[in-house]
Amino acid sequence: MLRAMTFQARRLWGQLVSMRTALVLLFLLAMAAVPGATFPQRDISPADVAAYYDAHPTLAPILDRFWAFDVFGSPWFAAIYLLLFVSLTGCLISRVRVHLLPLITGPPAAPARLSKLPLHATVGPVTRSPAELADTVRSTLRGVRWRRIRQVTEPSGSITLSAERGQLRELGNLVFHFALLVVLIGVAVGGLWGWKGGAVIVEDSQFCNTVQSYDQFERGQLVADSAITPFCLSMSDFRAQFLPNGQPVRYEADVRYEADKSDDDSGARTTEPRTPYTLEVNRPLRMDGAGVFLINHGYAPILRYTDRYGTVFESPTPFLPKDNGLSSDGVVVLPDANQDPDGQDRAPNVQVAFEGVYVPTAPPLPPYVRSEYPTRRNEGITLLGYQGDTGLDSGIPRSVYSLDQQRVAAGDLDLVGSAFLRPGETWKLDDGSQVTFVGTKQWMSVEVSHDPGRLTALGGAAAMVLGLLVSLFTRRRRLFVRCGVGGAGIGTTIELAGLTRADSEAFAAEFSRIVNAVREVTSQQPDFEDFPNPSISSKS
Amino acid sequence: MPTNESLADLSNSLLLWAIVVYALAMTCYAIEYAFGAQGAVAAVVRRPDTRTVRQSALVGAGGDDAVPGDVESGSAADPESQPRDESSVGWIGVLRRAAIAATVLGALCQVGSLIARGAAADRVPWGNMYEFICVVCLVGVVSWLVACVTRRQLRHLGVFVLLPVVLLLGLAGTVLYADAAPLVPALNSVWLRIHVSAAAISSGIFLFGFVCGVLYLIRHGYDTRTSNARISSGARPLSFPFTLGPRLPAADSLERLTFRVHALAFPLWTFAVIAGAIWAEAAWTRYWGWDPKETWAFISWVVYAAYLHARATSGWRGKRAVYIVLLGWATMMVNLFVINLVQTGLHSYAGVS
Ligand code: HEM
Repeated sequence: MLRAMTFQARRLWGQLVSMRTALVLLFLLAMAAVPGATFPQRDISPADVAAYYDAHPTLAPILDRFWAFDVFGSPWFAAIYLLLFVSLTGCLISRVRVHLLPLITGPPAAPARLSKLPLHATVGPVTRSPAELADTVRSTLRGVRWRRIRQVTEPSGSITLSAERGQLRELGNLVFHFALLVVLIGVAVGGLWGWKGGAVIVEDSQFCNTVQSYDQFERGQLVADSAITPFCLSMSDFRAQFLPNGQPVRYEADVRYEADKSDDDSGARTTEPRTPYTLEVNRPLRMDGAGVFLINHGYAPILRYTDRYGTVFESPTPFLPKDNGLSSDGVVVLPDANQDPDGQDRAPNVQVAFEGVYVPTAPPLPPYVRSEYPTRRNEGITLLGYQGDTGLDSGIPRSVYSLDQQRVAAGDLDLVGSAFLRPGETWKLDDGSQVTFVGTKQWMSVEVSHDPGRLTALGGAAAMVLGLLVSLFTRRRRLFVRCGVGGAGIGTTIELAGLTRADSEAFAAEFSRIVNAVREVTSQQPDFEDFPNPSISSKS
Repeated sequence: MPTNESLADLSNSLLLWAIVVYALAMTCYAIEYAFGAQGAVAAVVRRPDTRTVRQSALVGAGGDDAVPGDVESGSAADPESQPRDESSVGWIGVLRRAAIAATVLGALCQVGSLIARGAAADRVPWGNMYEFICVVCLVGVVSWLVACVTRRQLRHLGVFVLLPVVLLLGLAGTVLYADAAPLVPALNSVWLRIHVSAAAISSGIFLFGFVCGVLYLIRHGYDTRTSNARISSGARPLSFPFTLGPRLPAADSLERLTFRVHALAFPLWTFAVIAGAIWAEAAWTRYWGWDPKETWAFISWVVYAAYLHARATSGWRGKRAVYIVLLGWATMMVNLFVINLVQTGLHSYAGVS
């Protein structure tokens, strides 16, 4: 019973590590990746997934059940690549035994009947002793760079040489397959111990690296809060260059950073980080344990709102660009506006919100909602003012770039008017409050990430390419020579035979050169059996 | 950094010339293919003979071909006494030489077009889909020319390489055309240049490999069909692609060429994907994010890896393995056209409006 089971297990294992299984699994892997490129993926663009749900309300949930929107995190995708890698590991183990050991021990002894091999030629007989001839042939072979030679004296007195070249091919192949494992390990390490977060930094403000200061943050299963490197980063100037047609050509941000610094270092926000750096797209700031990458940029209009009690609210609010001219949408929500400074209770329904469309270069004529150019040549902002309950203290997290339209529809928020303001202009609202468009600052969004498996994966990838090159461009070939005592003491006959797995024609040519060389050094006319015939195919 | 309009115009007219010259070359090849001395009728009548001739050409070219059957039957007795290449004499020979010259000229026009384009925009000339396809086509043509240097038996096959090239170039020059312009910031990176050039070169070689694969399948189909017909002696008429068979090199040699070409392209493609990952890490913080373009590059890579595997798996070498080559090229085309034009991802730099 137990033996039957181990037999079954053996058989299963044997099948799993076979080339054929690898082939099938490779196809499965390729096919499994297709839906990942066909359907929107949640971790890349959640918005597209939501849009897909809207467009296909019945199909989407069914697809979702099969992980169509999380293909690369799905159990079935994992099952395929894990099987592939178990199979790969298994075949690596056996192939190390089969291919690596001969690398160390050298070529095997010559087979008994050399004429059975695909390439075969005879030279001689020559009136010299086998030992003498073996030495001559040996140095001839060395001369054409066949250096791994094994010599055996057979009981009959014949001497055989076995030589091998291109044995690195198998090593290259093993390195390639092993490197695949290394890449996977690198990816896994990054997934488990890596983290990344996205944040928006406005000019003249500072960002400090804590989980709380991110707009979004993702981390691997094994990342503790304490593993997140402390540093602070400030941005003083953002420069964007555009072509006359509005196409961007360059983004640069002047930043300063300081490692081992954090918010709660006794009023850290008052001191600037020390080290200056120019952050660019494709030129991230790399610190120990984290990299800062420039992802996006835009404008942050500064509104100064003076409420009916004279309290002033002023701050830049990042707006989200929506076209190449950087027309940007955003909302400024003031949940604490219009509260009597001397009052005890919070007054309801007096909150204020402005929905705005900012244009860095306003067109000459209204409507001023579509910017003509991405830099600030003629800026202005169209504001829609709302009053009532913005819902902001109700604790439901919501996009900060748009207003909750359900509240407007439900009458919680009333539209109180609209205005277009240029810098410095003020709009007086009916309730006595007023809003001034002070100007704009620029913002950049950065992604901060830490991926400890990055270099492992890179090393694996480099080894993969090297292994591939070696494996695909070396030809493994063997040469056997027997210097045998001819019949009735005529002399010594030299028999040569060659064996290769791939590219038999090129080897046939090489073989013929070697035979010619041997013929020359032994100064005898060769007596060919089936040489020169380059058309013999290998029996691989 | 404004673009230089006159250079950009020069680039465009050179591309047009390249297409015209390629089309001319194609016509020459096609006429020669149809009426050449090794034309269909001649080959069927004198098949053993043509085989020998072909083989002799190959021996002269370093012996890349091998027909074991011929060896056993002893028909390759004295290859050197056969004429080297009978179709290179007479007007057919002139036509073939003209076709090859036109192909070289077309490739030179393309080189000029790319240089002018790069100079016009002051950057590497592979920054959008139009330019990418131009480079792929150029590499495809050049790899064929290079293969022709040592393999005589390929020289009359130019039409099969130029057909996809002219189609792709025509598509690129009309539908996908984008004006010469500097790169957007995300594309402005050394690694991107390395990545895209490696991708374009390997795609061009894959294109050539795909053509080899198709030719192999045609020849293989022809061989099996004609030998089946012999056995059953009910002569089944050959249908279209297989009627091209008799003038193609031996199936074996085409199969090996297909493999060689892919063995060259695959490590380069691997490198291209890795260089892309290095660039993605610098630009977007992550080296791999399953963006549609990345996913399809991965799919192509796995499919081509499967081809290399299949070729080493018993029972798969030959027709089955070469079908994987067709699949591989299909995935490359999906990546180039469907993903660039239909889907939007981070890689939406096609520049097509
Ligand atoms: C799962 C078990 C696997 C086995 C048993 C296996 C076995 C082999 C063998 C024996 C070769 C040599 C073929 C020859 O000599 O021509 C080979 C080549 C190759 N394998 Fe695998 N392999 C496995 C997995 C993979 C995986 C997962 C990949 C990548 C996706 C892969 C990619 C390749 C490539 C590209 C080659 C050709 C290049 C070379 O010869 O080094 N293999 N494999």
